Amino acid sequence: MTLAINILLWLTVGTLAFIATIRGRTLLNNGARAGLLEFLLLLPRIGIGVVGSGFVAEALPNEWVAPWLGPESGFAGVLIAAIGGALTPGGPVVGFSIGAAALKSGAGAPQVIAYSTAWALYAIHRLLIWEVPMMPARIVWLRAIVSLPLPFIAAALAMLLGRP
Amino acid sequence: MAGAASATVYIRDGREHFLSVLFGDVTLFAEMLPKVLAGCLIGAFVTLLLPREMVARWVGHESGFTGLLIAAFFGFLLPGGPITIYPVAGAFLIIGADAGAVVAFIVSWTLIGYTRALVWELPFFGLEFVIWRIVEALPLPIIAGLLARITVRAGFRYRENMK
Repeated sequence: MTLAINILLWLTVGTLAFIATIRGRTLLNNGARAGLLEFLLLLPRIGIGVVGSGFVAEALPNEWVAPWLGPESGFAGVLIAAIGGALTPGGPVVGFSIGAAALKSGAGAPQVIAYSTAWALYAIHRLLIWEVPMMPARIVWLRAIVSLPLPFIAAALAMLLGRP
Repeated sequence: MAGAASATVYIRDGREHFLSVLFGDVTLFAEMLPKVLAGCLIGAFVTLLLPREMVARWVGHESGFTGLLIAAFFGFLLPGGPITIYPVAGAFLIIGADAGAVVAFIVSWTLIGYTRALVWELPFFGLEFVIWRIVEALPLPIIAGLLARITVRAGFRYRENMK
């Protein structure tokens, strides 16, 4: 499975690079350089986040996470997770590390899904720094309001489908 | 935070446990690196190759349910962070896309955009969990777009009644 995804991804990279080459060498060089640069910039942040979240998961006492956010916590756990997600500040490293740490230390999958969905939709800093300056206020509020039920729908679907 | 947590594990559970946790996470991280790199490269190339004006034209006014689907699809397709996504959403509005399509676009980018999933989510959660989460998120942009349209329409009706 992992191998298949890898092959698929690199085939996509190859196709895109090929199209870029046809359109001109500079385009190919620019794309490759931009992609590599971003990768190198991200590397340390993701590395610290992944290893760090592993240790946070180990350090957190399981007996504390499980009753609040475990698979048995049901809708209350989903609600707590969604509120927690909405209040989590910071970029992707923070949100995903916390989610991964919670999952490793015994939180239920639907609860973690509610957390990361709420965090992705609401991350306060993103709303304020990016969305408000760049979009009409009307649209920002509209999007925030219609997004309210989404973490719960995602968690409900997760409960229905069950873990693979 | 990472430092404090690793120190806690080291002191509480000893050196051996510390090393096994470290090794497990570093392996997970290393396995994901080719995918992260591929995600970065795909993102960079799509940004260069896809003309944004054309994208915006496809989500024009009165696009109906198809417009929502197209908007959600572009949210999935377009790479990049907030710096690239919100200007595109703004362009949608200027060109005449309705609020529902714009909402579907933004929600889709946040929840199922592949660059975010590849670059950020995958190293943390692993492949199975990410695919599973994305499957569950698939209907959400459409639901959000429809809700936005209903809200806008209700708002209009309220204003009409006030006159």
